[in-house]
Amino acid sequence: MTDVSASAHASFRPSMLIYDRRYRSLTFQVIVFILVMAALWWLIGNTISNLNAMGKSFDFGFLFQRAGYDISGTPIPYTGNDSHLRATMVGLLNTLIVSILGCIAATILGVAVGVARLSKNWLFARLMTVYVEIFRNIPLLLWILVIYAVFTEILPAPNAYRGESPAWSMILFDHVALTNRYTAIPTLGMDNDPGSLDLGARVTVNWATIAFVVALVGGWFIRRAINAHAQKVQDRTGIRPATLWKNLAVMILPSLFLIWYFGLHLLAPSLQGFNFTGGLNITNSLVVLWLALTLYTAAFIAEIVRAGILAVSRGQSEAAFALGLRPKRTMNLVILPQALRVIIPPLISQYLNLTKNSSLAIAVGYMDLRGTLGGTTLNQTGRELEAIVLMMLIYLALSLIISAGMNIFNSRVKLKER
Amino acid sequence: MSDTHAQTVPFVRDTMLPAAPPPATQAGAVRWLRENLFSGPVNTVLTIIGLLIIWFLVSHYWDWFAHSVWNANSLNECRQIIIDTWGEGARGACFAVIRERWNQYVFGFYPPELYWRPTMTFGLLIVALVPVLFSASLTIRRAVLVITAIATLTSMIALGSPVIWLAFATLVLAGGFVASERNLGWLLPFSMLYPLMGVWFLWGGSVWGPVFVLVGPVLGWIAWRILAGRMPVIAVLAGVVVTLLFWLFLSGSAAEDAQRLLPMGIEAVRSDRFGGFLLSVTIGVAGIALSLPLGIVLALSRQSDMFLIKSLSVVFIEFIRGVPLITLLFVASLLLNYFLPPGTNFDIILRVIIMVTLFAAAYMAEVIRGGLAALPRGQYEAADALGLDYWKAQRLIILPQALKISIPGIVSTFIGMFKDTTLVTFVGLYDPLKSMSDAVRANIEWKGIYWEPFIFVGAIFFIICFAMSRYSMYLERRLQRDHK
Repeated sequence: MTDVSASAHASFRPSMLIYDRRYRSLTFQVIVFILVMAALWWLIGNTISNLNAMGKSFDFGFLFQRAGYDISGTPIPYTGNDSHLRATMVGLLNTLIVSILGCIAATILGVAVGVARLSKNWLFARLMTVYVEIFRNIPLLLWILVIYAVFTEILPAPNAYRGESPAWSMILFDHVALTNRYTAIPTLGMDNDPGSLDLGARVTVNWATIAFVVALVGGWFIRRAINAHAQKVQDRTGIRPATLWKNLAVMILPSLFLIWYFGLHLLAPSLQGFNFTGGLNITNSLVVLWLALTLYTAAFIAEIVRAGILAVSRGQSEAAFALGLRPKRTMNLVILPQALRVIIPPLISQYLNLTKNSSLAIAVGYMDLRGTLGGTTLNQTGRELEAIVLMMLIYLALSLIISAGMNIFNSRVKLKER
Repeated sequence: MSDTHAQTVPFVRDTMLPAAPPPATQAGAVRWLRENLFSGPVNTVLTIIGLLIIWFLVSHYWDWFAHSVWNANSLNECRQIIIDTWGEGARGACFAVIRERWNQYVFGFYPPELYWRPTMTFGLLIVALVPVLFSASLTIRRAVLVITAIATLTSMIALGSPVIWLAFATLVLAGGFVASERNLGWLLPFSMLYPLMGVWFLWGGSVWGPVFVLVGPVLGWIAWRILAGRMPVIAVLAGVVVTLLFWLFLSGSAAEDAQRLLPMGIEAVRSDRFGGFLLSVTIGVAGIALSLPLGIVLALSRQSDMFLIKSLSVVFIEFIRGVPLITLLFVASLLLNYFLPPGTNFDIILRVIIMVTLFAAAYMAEVIRGGLAALPRGQYEAADALGLDYWKAQRLIILPQALKISIPGIVSTFIGMFKDTTLVTFVGLYDPLKSMSDAVRANIEWKGIYWEPFIFVGAIFFIICFAMSRYSMYLERRLQRDHK
């Protein structure tokens, strides 16, 4: 015993840096730190000397020069006379548009397919299994190319919709026309246009949009207040006042009023001359990318949903039934909270994957962030280093924001273990 | 009482009746249909929707498949044959493009007289993998090895392989079979050597390059051996440093000198000749083999107590997982020239493999970290209680269990990475999906052929990926130790 305590207080010897576990990790970390710094120094030194040799500099001034190229499909006003920075913003917005649309559609389709795979219907469950296995085991690039080929090779030019008995007819009650260049969809028209709010930098938001957002958000908060009040009444008296109609009224009536007030109506596209006008012509590269991302990611989400539901043991629903809960309450109070705990984390990473996979837009020429900043801007200015570093940082920020947001949501639905 | 009883019970049956058959609606196919397809209104509707989908697919595409042409030299010839056989207006698939362009899809632009080399490399790959993949089942091993041997040797003969290499392949395949029957351990040295051999077979060149690469670890081992008795920790470090220094400064020039003194080698093939499935499989196999160990190291560093190590691996993992693979491939093709000393120009396939490996390793690290976290704390404590040091505890207790838990995630990372090998098309390599099909379509004979190449390439990817996922299920079953 004396030996042990003596050695613990023994004076420091250099060999203890390696053989004493208290110091060894420190030694190791110092060595790693030196190696990492040396590697960074080497890389940065190389970069500087390479840049000097090529007569280039590392600055982002090129972002403010005139871009001089056109982009098809711009969510904010953009012309070739705008700066590279604005082109980058257009690309970023396009990335966000296809990612958000894709996430929404993939979630809906994925949940439906995941539940259908658990259905007792033998045929339907098998069909969904075939869908999931085919889409999961074949590269996304192939689906993008296949759908693109369908759009460019099989769909007709807008001309095919012409005449008394056209070769092609519009779908969804004459509201949507699929052509080999764009997809014409209806747009919203207003009889009573309130004008737009100018946000600066030629970005405008229609007052009607703001009104709808305010109505929906306000309605949601009032709904929460109503429910909180109902809960209070229930805690005090034991009787919960009916909230369903109040909630529905608060959520829907303001919107109905706004629809009536602004005179909102659908404007269907129609063939004028060689092209469809009146509606919104969406470039096919967006439609193709959106469809491919949706179908591909939905297959993965379906598996996640299926696994999540299967992870809730049968005993849970049986216990809920034994307590006398009705099927709907069993689903809402017992199964879903437990299934969501399993579903949400992998679902987040699927959303992240979808956002990152949207960079495959390169295959169909959709002008997303990679198409503008990492594509035309890079080629025109010849600033590979800055453009790619900036592009990676934007994607990284996007990923971190999405995962941070979803993690907050996750911590809210997570079962609180005490 | 007995009288009345005898009279009130006029008849008592004294034999058992045979069981009556169930009602017709409760038996056989009818019952199965009722239970599985028509058990309620919702189910019936779903069945009808399912039947409609199947009917739609069959009615629209059956004739196209049924009229497939497998033997033609151009799309026009194909269409002529279809019209001649099935009449005017008939349509059909022209899978002849696959037959005619098979070599291009499989080998890319590899020199045709050397096609036997990738074939042999692939055959020997299976021999090298057998002790790793199918260590438990002799039956599967026999089947795999016999099929591999027959397929490899016949294709090598058909592709005009020199006799000496045919003999070499036969020897290795026979050796693999003997080892599989007697003692799998004999195959492990071959599996360790295989990566060097495979690279040399594919790219060719002087034999001295791989030989001197091999000398590095041997020198390192000698250094470790000399010091191991006195300073065990320093000995390991010295071994690693000696190996790395040899690789960095000596092995290249030594190989050149040796080649000058005693030229020995096989014909070199440049990287731009690689393409098609040869490219996908090369990148995929290399990425899989490299990303698993790297992923394990990253996962362990992320779990480490050492602050610096932990933060470095967190930054690395989150950075790689936060950016799309395409941007990393652009870094490989456009930016590496900036980061390396002027004049360095190393192989584009190697750069892509490095990037794909780093990408997959970051995902792998997260999967394995999940496995490490799922392990009960008691396992770590038990390892400490037994007095095992960190590496022994990881090697003997923690990692075997954590890796077993993470098998499904690991394999889906592999599958994802193999699918992602198609993205190399965007840095100018000839993947089978886009570039190669575009190259095929660029010829006047096959201009305008879309669906057949897609179906072919998709089917191959499906088979490989589906096989991988089935193998992971088999492995999970085999490694299952608990009672469920």
